[in-house]
Amino acid sequence: MAVKVLIPTPLRQFTGKQSSIECNAATVAEALGSLTGTFSELRKHLFTEDGKIRSFVNVYLNDEDIRFLDKENTRTKDGDTISIVPSIAGGSRRAGK
Amino acid sequence: MLLLAKKLEQEIRDHGARDYPHECCGAMLGTDGDAGAREVRALFPLINRRDDSPRNRFSITPEDFRAAERAAAERGLDLLGWYHSHPDHPARPSEFDREHAWPWYSYVIVSVDGGVPKDLTSWQLEDDRTKFQPEVVGPERVAGQGEKD
Repeated sequence: MAVKVLIPTPLRQFTGKQSSIECNAATVAEALGSLTGTFSELRKHLFTEDGKIRSFVNVYLNDEDIRFLDKENTRTKDGDTISIVPSIAGGSRRAGK
Repeated sequence: MLLLAKKLEQEIRDHGARDYPHECCGAMLGTDGDAGAREVRALFPLINRRDDSPRNRFSITPEDFRAAERAAAERGLDLLGWYHSHPDHPARPSEFDREHAWPWYSYVIVSVDGGVPKDLTSWQLEDDRTKFQPEVVGPERVAGQGEKD
């Protein structure tokens, strides 16, 4: 399935300044795998060392958060668009009062 | 270098004071020049969505992120980065900040001590994610200065 992955501005330095990447993938996991296989420097900004999508990284298939679909196993179809959207977070100390 | 007009810097400080003792947060919209200087042209204040621990955490949802992106696009600007406050804590990024950051963005932090804004710093995450590097914050470009850069 030909899907398009939209690359957020901060990560375009790792995709040769391309704002979107087309790839063939049957699932979201395949698409992200293809993307980070081609552009390996992207991987550490999207995934933790044990291969999980970072907690602040949200992945949308078209306009749906994949957490509410079948997560990374969500199936794709021709013409789908995958978006990578961060939840911006931070703070001064450990959480608590 | 991050060019930040005194007026906008004051707006960040005021936001930090207004939301004290909670952390404030917002987006910075502007232009990113290939010559290395980026200039903040407008701020897009946001609501700290972290209601369980707002004194030492902030959270900007994907919906707010998209709203900030739209605001930038409508003005013909880029989403350059984010600001937040550290109430009663130095204006230095925490480990939690590092874990939740991406390179390229400018992360401005203002310390707010007892309700009074103090230091304002800016940081960028290194590409290998190991640490933040300080980013010089300067006043806005003077007319004619650096136009040929």
